[in-house]
Amino acid sequence: MTEMEHHDYDVLVIGAGGAGLRAAIAAREAGQSVAVICKSLFGKAHTVMAEGGIAASMGNVNSHDSWMVHFRDTMRGGKFLNSWRMAELHAKEAPDRVWELETYGALFDRTPDGKISQRNFGGHEYPRLAHVGDRTGLELIRTMQQKIVSLQQEDERDTGDPESRLRVYAEVTVTDLLCADDGAIAGAFAYSRELGRFIRFNAPAVILATGGIGKSFKVTSNSWEYTGDGHALALRAGSTLINMEFVQFHPTGMVWPPSVKGILVTESVRGDGGVLKNSEGKRFMFDYVPDVFRGQYAETEEEGDRWYTDPDHNKRPPELLPRDEVARAINSEVKAGRSSPHGGVFLDIASRRAPAEILKRLPSMHHQFKELADVDITTEPMEVGPTCHYVMGGVEVDPDTGAAARVPGLYAAGECSGGMHGSNRLGGNSLSDLLVFGNRAGAGAAAYVQSLGENRPQVSDAVVDAAAATALRPFELEGGENPYTLHQELQVTMNDLVGIIRKEAEIEEALTKIEQLKERAKHLSVEGHRQFNPGWHLALDLRNMLLVSECVARAALIRQESRGGHTRDDYPGMDPVWRQRLLVCSLAGDGDIKVEEELMPPMREDLALLFDRSELKKYLTPAELAAIPEKDPEKKEQS
Amino acid sequence: MTYDAHFRVWRGDQEGGDLVDYTVEVNEGEVVLDIIHRIQATQAGDLAVRWNCKAGKCGSCSAEVNGRPRLMCMTRMSTYAADETVTVTPLRAFPVTKDLVTDVSYNYAKARQIPAFAPPVGVAPGEYRMQQVDVERSQEFRKCIECFLCQDTCHVVRDHEDNKEAFAGPRFLIRAAELDMHPLDARDDRADFARDEQGIGMCNITKCCTEVCPEHIKITDNGIIPMKERVADRRYDPVRWLGRTITRRKA
Repeated sequence: MTEMEHHDYDVLVIGAGGAGLRAAIAAREAGQSVAVICKSLFGKAHTVMAEGGIAASMGNVNSHDSWMVHFRDTMRGGKFLNSWRMAELHAKEAPDRVWELETYGALFDRTPDGKISQRNFGGHEYPRLAHVGDRTGLELIRTMQQKIVSLQQEDERDTGDPESRLRVYAEVTVTDLLCADDGAIAGAFAYSRELGRFIRFNAPAVILATGGIGKSFKVTSNSWEYTGDGHALALRAGSTLINMEFVQFHPTGMVWPPSVKGILVTESVRGDGGVLKNSEGKRFMFDYVPDVFRGQYAETEEEGDRWYTDPDHNKRPPELLPRDEVARAINSEVKAGRSSPHGGVFLDIASRRAPAEILKRLPSMHHQFKELADVDITTEPMEVGPTCHYVMGGVEVDPDTGAAARVPGLYAAGECSGGMHGSNRLGGNSLSDLLVFGNRAGAGAAAYVQSLGENRPQVSDAVVDAAAATALRPFELEGGENPYTLHQELQVTMNDLVGIIRKEAEIEEALTKIEQLKERAKHLSVEGHRQFNPGWHLALDLRNMLLVSECVARAALIRQESRGGHTRDDYPGMDPVWRQRLLVCSLAGDGDIKVEEELMPPMREDLALLFDRSELKKYLTPAELAAIPEKDPEKKEQS
Repeated sequence: MTYDAHFRVWRGDQEGGDLVDYTVEVNEGEVVLDIIHRIQATQAGDLAVRWNCKAGKCGSCSAEVNGRPRLMCMTRMSTYAADETVTVTPLRAFPVTKDLVTDVSYNYAKARQIPAFAPPVGVAPGEYRMQQVDVERSQEFRKCIECFLCQDTCHVVRDHEDNKEAFAGPRFLIRAAELDMHPLDARDDRADFARDEQGIGMCNITKCCTEVCPEHIKITDNGIIPMKERVADRRYDPVRWLGRTITRRKA
């Protein structure tokens, strides 16, 4: 048997971003022993890149806000494809999760009366995002990192060993989940990046919190870690993914210089007054308000501008439409030949806000543009364009516990889980998602482990040895394919053929290309040895990226409509019949992805009644609408 | 504007190593990390380097470029002349793991020694009230991305391995300052901790840490010096001395 470390835990959390850390805290507080595994150093997870804030209807800035308004905004943003139960739990629990962070030591920006300040964001009816300048994600990670340290300090006092109940394995990558013969989770197989040593974790519950898949696209705001590991691990363990066709292209990424193309420009620039203009100086977003949102957004620049100071009597400017709408609009302007010099559009805050206010509210944006593009955003407009930012699709989970479909002991939370955001995520709903469902998955996994008692699933040594052999394969071949080359080809394929605007023929072309890449990926070779070898790491990550890319492409080919983060040039309309259907991806025995349709459960009546009938009509089929009773005119809406 | 640059990158591990020469293409607007990645993709697939966000927000890609501690993702190639040799070496204050990757566990060990935020007793979640002007002092230190460039450059530990035991380094002195200035932290012994456990007295305020901070945190002026003043205030105020003497038996 291959030489390796062994460790035993109750709960294994894969990923140390917001969802993973919150899950680890919940499982540890429920009395379980927990290991957190992260690909990077502790505290470097991609969550630090989140800028704008955490959406939670605390009502600190506008007291009209409530969970019901937040729920409505979330469903609208996702074009009603969301798991309504997840959207409900999320809207209800987000405020408590934010307030809890203050008890861990977080320091949010304040309102004049000393409460947590909240800012405007796309798709949110009221100022709702708790924030710290434009570095909210960093605050969230650091706060939970420090909470974990404080739990370790408690454990040190109690047991003499700070890592006795909660240990972080930094720079360790999981390559396969280990399952018992009956399919239940028994642990995970990993390697340490630093030394290349193999590690076998025995644990009856695994929480996937690995984030997204953006590294399969060329222009992306995502870091190298976003290789769809959790998605792929779940597939290989026998679970399912939903909504994989929905990929969010954030409307504002940097477009110049080329080396920073794709790096995120926070939506707060627009929330705080920034506007989008084309090469003719026109605020073009007024031309792109879709029918479903007509009447909810300002129709003139004057009204839009008044809204910033008097939101109760004016409608918000269309620059604050949900992200999918703004990204498509920018794409259309560029295609129509009205782009900025480097192929984007202008994002202008310089002419709209005083330099001191820009520096106060958007310090890291100022820094980023100054250092990387020689642009001073207090005096010049930025150039921006769409960038692959977030995947709505992910592991199919039980909304209340985070339990993954079909695999006992497997849980998922955060970006690698699916359903919460439907076809499009609203800005600010990601950080709150991490907290709400990280907490729930941690509690869910802990309860499952307790229910097992002594009967923990066991994995055979043969399964572990097979995982080790798979991990070592890239060293066996000499003169094979270069993993960096394959990765670049995959990125171009996904970017150009399954990107922001999709067509049947192009998606088919992408699938052919992915098949070829899968074949070539069987013959990768890497140079050097196992100690901190990025070429080897990429070779192993590629397997996941290819699998996840195939899911995106196959589901995108099947869904013959346009909705949220899935735009089909050949099927431009939104179709209520398609809204009822989820596309469920699983891994077939031959290594190919199988996609099946599943009907969405109808929305619970009390939640459906939170919407006006005229609005529901835009999304639901006549049969679905008929099943919802008319609102009782006597009963005044609470929100 | 594209040109070929001359790079010298340290390659090796705990056993030793050397600078290796690479000739590599540079394009307009690129940063040092782009060039390291190009070497990796085309000439040395196993070149070890840490990085994540590539936007100066995660603090992973710290290294020394021409001898200066820097984030590689925020160091533009236009800083250097086209015919200038660019030398990239790992952080000197920490043991090498491989190539540009160092063992930074010293920092995580120091972080774990600092007593955590102590929530105010009797204040329920959601009831915390603080003024913006009061949170801003601590917020400056919470901008820290833990790139550890300040730890690397601090001469107390840079060339004095034996000082590491007693000295926490600038990053963790401002962590103590941050908690001390937190409007609702319930502990009042942060300055004592900085003096007794973090070795704040060893810092002789040469401000090297402030100079290399990519977040432009005024580590010395706003963090370390006020903490030193608090230490002096607490240790040498006669009333506090008396109070300490009387309550000592409680500890």
